[in-house]
Amino acid sequence: MIPELGFYVTILALITSLLQATLTLTGATRGISALMHAGCRAALASFLLVTLAFGALMAAHVSDDFSVMNVAMNSHTLKPLLYKITGTWASHEGSMLLWVFILTGFGAALAFTAPSMPLALRARAIGVQGLTGFGFLAFILFTSNPFARLWPPPEQGNDLNPLLQDPGLAFHPPFLYLGYVGFSSVFSLAAALLMTKKAEDHVAYLRPWALAAWSALTFGIAMGSWWAYYELGWGGYWFWDPVENAALMPWLAGTALLHSLIASSQRAALLRWTILLAILAFSLSLLGTFLVRSGVLTSVHSFAVDPRRGIFVLVLLALAVGGALTLYALRAGTLPESPLFAPVSRETALLLNNLFLCTACATLVTGTLYPLLLNALTGDIVSVGAPYFNASVLPLLIPAAMLMVIGPLLKWRADELRPVLRQLTIALILAAACVVISLYVCGYHSALGLIGFALGIWVLGGVAVDGRRFIGQLSPHLSRLLAHGGLGLAILGMSGSMFSEEHILHMRLHDIAKIGATTITFADVTIADGPNYDSARGTFFITPRDGTSLTMQPEQRFYPTQGMPLSHVAIRTNLLADTYLSMGPEEDEDDGSKARAVRFAINPLVPWIWIGGAVMAMGGLWGAVRKRR
Amino acid sequence: MTKKQARLYGLLLFCLGLGTAAGLVLYALGDNMSYFRTPTELVTGAYPEHGSDHSLRLGGLVEKNSLHHEGDTITFRVTDLKNSLTVRYSGTVPDLFREGQGVVATGKMSGDVFIADQLLAKHDEKYMPPEVAKALQPSGIAP
Repeated sequence: MIPELGFYVTILALITSLLQATLTLTGATRGISALMHAGCRAALASFLLVTLAFGALMAAHVSDDFSVMNVAMNSHTLKPLLYKITGTWASHEGSMLLWVFILTGFGAALAFTAPSMPLALRARAIGVQGLTGFGFLAFILFTSNPFARLWPPPEQGNDLNPLLQDPGLAFHPPFLYLGYVGFSSVFSLAAALLMTKKAEDHVAYLRPWALAAWSALTFGIAMGSWWAYYELGWGGYWFWDPVENAALMPWLAGTALLHSLIASSQRAALLRWTILLAILAFSLSLLGTFLVRSGVLTSVHSFAVDPRRGIFVLVLLALAVGGALTLYALRAGTLPESPLFAPVSRETALLLNNLFLCTACATLVTGTLYPLLLNALTGDIVSVGAPYFNASVLPLLIPAAMLMVIGPLLKWRADELRPVLRQLTIALILAAACVVISLYVCGYHSALGLIGFALGIWVLGGVAVDGRRFIGQLSPHLSRLLAHGGLGLAILGMSGSMFSEEHILHMRLHDIAKIGATTITFADVTIADGPNYDSARGTFFITPRDGTSLTMQPEQRFYPTQGMPLSHVAIRTNLLADTYLSMGPEEDEDDGSKARAVRFAINPLVPWIWIGGAVMAMGGLWGAVRKRR
Repeated sequence: MTKKQARLYGLLLFCLGLGTAAGLVLYALGDNMSYFRTPTELVTGAYPEHGSDHSLRLGGLVEKNSLHHEGDTITFRVTDLKNSLTVRYSGTVPDLFREGQGVVATGKMSGDVFIADQLLAKHDEKYMPPEVAKALQPSGIAP
């Protein structure tokens, strides 16, 4: 009964989305405020209906209703309650429902939380948001119905992929989607601006929405990479996996957008470019959705493949992007041209930022789509891996990070470079000192790591120089300081990871291994079965040179329903370095004894990647909620 | 600075960026793309990168009873059920790496042995990497 209600309210939401679009767009064109207000209420109705549908699916998951195919495929009575709840969005169908839930949520938020925005602008934005919602609700109803029944219902469910039964991953999709789909609000507002006269007066309304979406996306990406780090058990945090790239593309475009928006809202500069970026950021989100949801890519994130889905999303992508770009082509000419600025000015700095970020984004898109294109054209299967992205994206992001220190210190319109650089002498000295110290402490390991250390210190030093000017009145600048500072921390963390030391050992129970001055003792293995898995828990004592002993308990789990083993890594951190230990299954050695592969790693500074990411997200959030004059 | 000059500067910067990016992309793609090859192709030498130092991806099934540990290094044979090939690898072995299961290895040929620097197993029990499915296709075994 409840699943049928869920299906029914999804159909109703499809109808209210269409109503939302027609009422607001007609109302705005004809200037009838009653219609526009009705459209706002329709936006709220769409959101509430999708909330109900989402709740219905969640209820089916929590109550183990295996007559619902989605539940039977992804759940199990013994699965812990937390993962029954989060299992709601762990499948293709469920995650699309979450997608639309957030989309309609942003529609309702546009309708009711932005009272200062002119009604016509708001109405048009809600209209565009309604059209997008209509498209994706149709996608759910026609290709990915999460409420489809299964008859006869199986006694027991299939359980969820164990990799996904983890708190980090459970809450990673909601934040990621909040960001990804959050850019829909920016897209809708950009389209609305193009339909409005004197758009240049209203472009500042984009900022809080762009900042909110960007914050959530930053947090979501950081959370995903953290999960990869501790759950995939390889010690890496970023694999340049196509699905990761799909999230990074809108992030890069969104970061560029935040910066061009500053120029547009404060100086009426780069207006046309800003609007184009606003459209592109969400277009890249849609492209990401297509890549992930169509099954053209294979990765841990992709689900079962149904070609109809790919084509449907592709058509939606073409309609949304094509429509918005056509509107842009017709109307962008009415936006005023940028006022002039000198080659050394804050405008130039923001422009350079955009140039670097957008180029990096373009190379990322190229590398991600290239295997698909080549496969379609020649049938060859190729993969473009980390070396490509390291060689093409990093050389663009490093100069961008170098310039981000100088930009905030420059004045609008025209400035002198020399006094600004003089202010930054201290940051430069610190960066150089950091290189010397790390060469002295750890020797020469990785050139990129050293560049990264210098860069991170340079950025942090720059933030200190920048912030010192505003002590006592930080509030209007806090957003930038946090975001830039967070990036500095993250850069230090990423550079630290390049100095990781990893050792793979084969250890029998009670073996003692020595790595340099560190002693690893394999003390014990106990049974530590969980609700839906069997587990062997090892106990290891790690004794470094200074004699302090760490007890670490990695697990080797086995999920019988899925027939899948999983290493559960043990990590201890003192914020300077992570001690990382994983233990493999028992294997027969050639001499007949039984041993386990033990992976021991020291990862310097790595936690700062995620602390930095969280600080960046806080910065964005502060910018989004801060009251402006 | 006049409008014309500003536009010229903008255009120059844009071309510079585009040029650099295109150069980097082409350079990086040429070097870092790895073609997927089946065991049969590698064993018979019938593939365009034969003899070059190019990175390759090998896909197939891990042959039963072929897995050996030698300290940190493992060797095993990858088969497409027509031909098989010895693979040597040292490093972390993915959780789902097992005999009789699909595997995708990235690495280079060295003599008759494939030296892998990365192993990918499937992500869950039901999933077959498309590369493995393709490698098994000619031998008529449905994945």
